[in-house]
Amino acid sequence: MNPQPILAIQNLHAGVEEKKILKGINLAIRPGEVHAIMGPNGSGKSTLAAILAGREGYDITAGEVIYQGKDLLAMDPEERAREGVFLAFQYPVEIPGVNSTYFLRAALNEHRKHRREPELDAMEFLTLVKEKMKLLHLSDDLLKRAVNVGFSGGEKKRNEIFQMAVLEPRLAVLDETDSGLDIDALRIVAEGVNTLKRPDNATLLITHYQRLLNYIVPDFVHVLWDGRIAKSGGKELALELEEKGYDWLIKHDVAKA
Amino acid sequence: MSTATDTIQEFVSSEYKYGFTSNIDTETIPAGLNEDVIRLISTKKSEPEFMLNWRLKAYRHWLTMTEPTWQFARHPPIDFQSSIYYAAPKKKKTLNSLDEVDPELVKTFEKLGISLNEQKRLTGVAVDAVVDSVSVATTFQAELMKQGIIFCSFSEAVQKHPELVEKYLGSVVPHTDNYYAALNAAVFSDGSFCYIPKGVRCPMELSTYFRINSANTGQFERTLLIADEGGYVSYLEGCTAPMRDENQLHAAVVELIALEGAEIKYSTVQNWYPGDKQGKGGIYNFVTKRGICKGRKSKISWTQVETGSAITWKYPSCILLGDNSVGEFYSVALTNNRQQADTGTKMIHIGKNTKSTIISKGISAGRGQNAYRGLVEIKKSATGARNFSQCDSLLIGDKCGAHTFPYIEVKNSTGQVEHEASTSKIGEDQIFYCNARGISTQDAVNMIVNGFCKEVFRELPMEFAVEAQKLLGVSLEGSVG
Repeated sequence: MNPQPILAIQNLHAGVEEKKILKGINLAIRPGEVHAIMGPNGSGKSTLAAILAGREGYDITAGEVIYQGKDLLAMDPEERAREGVFLAFQYPVEIPGVNSTYFLRAALNEHRKHRREPELDAMEFLTLVKEKMKLLHLSDDLLKRAVNVGFSGGEKKRNEIFQMAVLEPRLAVLDETDSGLDIDALRIVAEGVNTLKRPDNATLLITHYQRLLNYIVPDFVHVLWDGRIAKSGGKELALELEEKGYDWLIKHDVAKA
Repeated sequence: MSTATDTIQEFVSSEYKYGFTSNIDTETIPAGLNEDVIRLISTKKSEPEFMLNWRLKAYRHWLTMTEPTWQFARHPPIDFQSSIYYAAPKKKKTLNSLDEVDPELVKTFEKLGISLNEQKRLTGVAVDAVVDSVSVATTFQAELMKQGIIFCSFSEAVQKHPELVEKYLGSVVPHTDNYYAALNAAVFSDGSFCYIPKGVRCPMELSTYFRINSANTGQFERTLLIADEGGYVSYLEGCTAPMRDENQLHAAVVELIALEGAEIKYSTVQNWYPGDKQGKGGIYNFVTKRGICKGRKSKISWTQVETGSAITWKYPSCILLGDNSVGEFYSVALTNNRQQADTGTKMIHIGKNTKSTIISKGISAGRGQNAYRGLVEIKKSATGARNFSQCDSLLIGDKCGAHTFPYIEVKNSTGQVEHEASTSKIGEDQIFYCNARGISTQDAVNMIVNGFCKEVFRELPMEFAVEAQKLLGVSLEGSVG
């Protein structure tokens, strides 16, 4: 009934230099689940995403993160990626001179090597990519350009989900993928994420607004406030937050304490 | 943050893999430089009198000159009297075939990935191997000769084709040209010579492979390459040296002459020992390379990948004399650790409708300093001349530098000159983005660097392009995170 979680975060404390950002996060994500983490600016949402992906520069002072039975924090970022952790960046990075197709094929082949599967040659890869591009309504032209160079804000975000479609992660962490998207782009991105959902993978959505959750319906909503999960609930929690604002929750939280 | 910077540092610091010394029986003359030394070199090479006279003229001129100081590179003064000006692997007797080459020498070249054995050589590249100051072997000579192509060591050319040597030697780079070119003219001991006759397309890549082996020697070689009317040749040049604590001087001269409708493609992968991480040792690579497009519709194309040397000082240039002639310069220069490079080109437009293209890519890592210095000159006679220049710099880490010194002189109002420049940095964000997709740091840097250089790499002959990519990978190994 209750399968092993894909990701189990226990009492995670982390910060930058002297500043504490995460102050005891507990979270379990099981296969097939979509979790949303919401919270005001500065509550630690993006820090959590960065730590899961393995970005340097954070001090982890307590707690642990177990991913598929392994100590996630002990792995290099590229190892995490190859093990199936995917971070859709809030600000995708431009890499001039590096062709998008080449980049993505190199990435996919690293994953395949890791799984001891044969690498894809250029033709096989192109066939795969064409199919995935339709999902995100992206034009072929994008594959010819350098990674994220000259992409519009919306294209960059769609490109993240496109990469996710190609790499087929076990755990996808979407860091404010909705920010800066117009309603059409938002729908396309959401459609992509929904199509990629399988019983054996899981998604962690990090967002500031409830809007995205109209399109990607979460199984659980968590509110992050001051480095802790202040409240968890079903999808209705997001609506309640939208209506009453984070202030409500904070007061509520304080009153409870 | 600090960890990322550390990894950048680590990535920049890898080992030089050609730093071995071979135990070759070498004949050297005492250190020092004077007219007697020059006479001795000339005698040892049984040169005709015009050669000795030319050397002495150059030496006397050199004595009146002072070392240039305008370049963006610093080094302690060079003591020219402490260097040895002639070192040659000892020959037991005259060589009749490659089988008689010292096996130790053959082994040295095998180690460098170069086979001097024609039977084993399948790639269709003819090689002239130069160790210290002397050419030790030239492959495929007989086959090339069938088409009238002369490909041999400079000394051999002096003996067998003195008329060609006398006619063209110093015609592009005169003995008075600059300090190091004058020194070279006085003391050069060997090098490569090539002549492509009228209307002949050279059927294989020609290449010279330079190796400095002995300690305390300077290497002064000279390459003279002539493509007669309608001829074509693609020429490659590679260089390595052992790791030594002292600096060694390499002052070469390359002269190219393209007559009407001829085309010369000259590619260099320069990998002289760059010195250690603290900047100890390494080659001073002070080289003068220049070509003249003498005839109409002739073309000279320089492609260089510069990864070695403690200091690189070179400006492969084109004098576009013939109408409608074309000059090209494609360059990747990498400086790592404490390497310094001041490199670029000169395009001198004299003929009508002459065209030149300059693509320069500078990569700085570690504490490397990389300067592009270029001159585009459009003379009064060069009606309809055009130039396009692009100079891009890539920085890896925060302790290196990139500098650009472009000079443009236009004396004809119909001239068109375009100059584009950019500077970018391999950022930690880019590396992390690649990591987050499963790509290792090393692969990410190689990917970004190769992407940055691809316009130059595609100008290299296929086999060289692969080698150049690998070389950049090795030179940057351990340099980013």
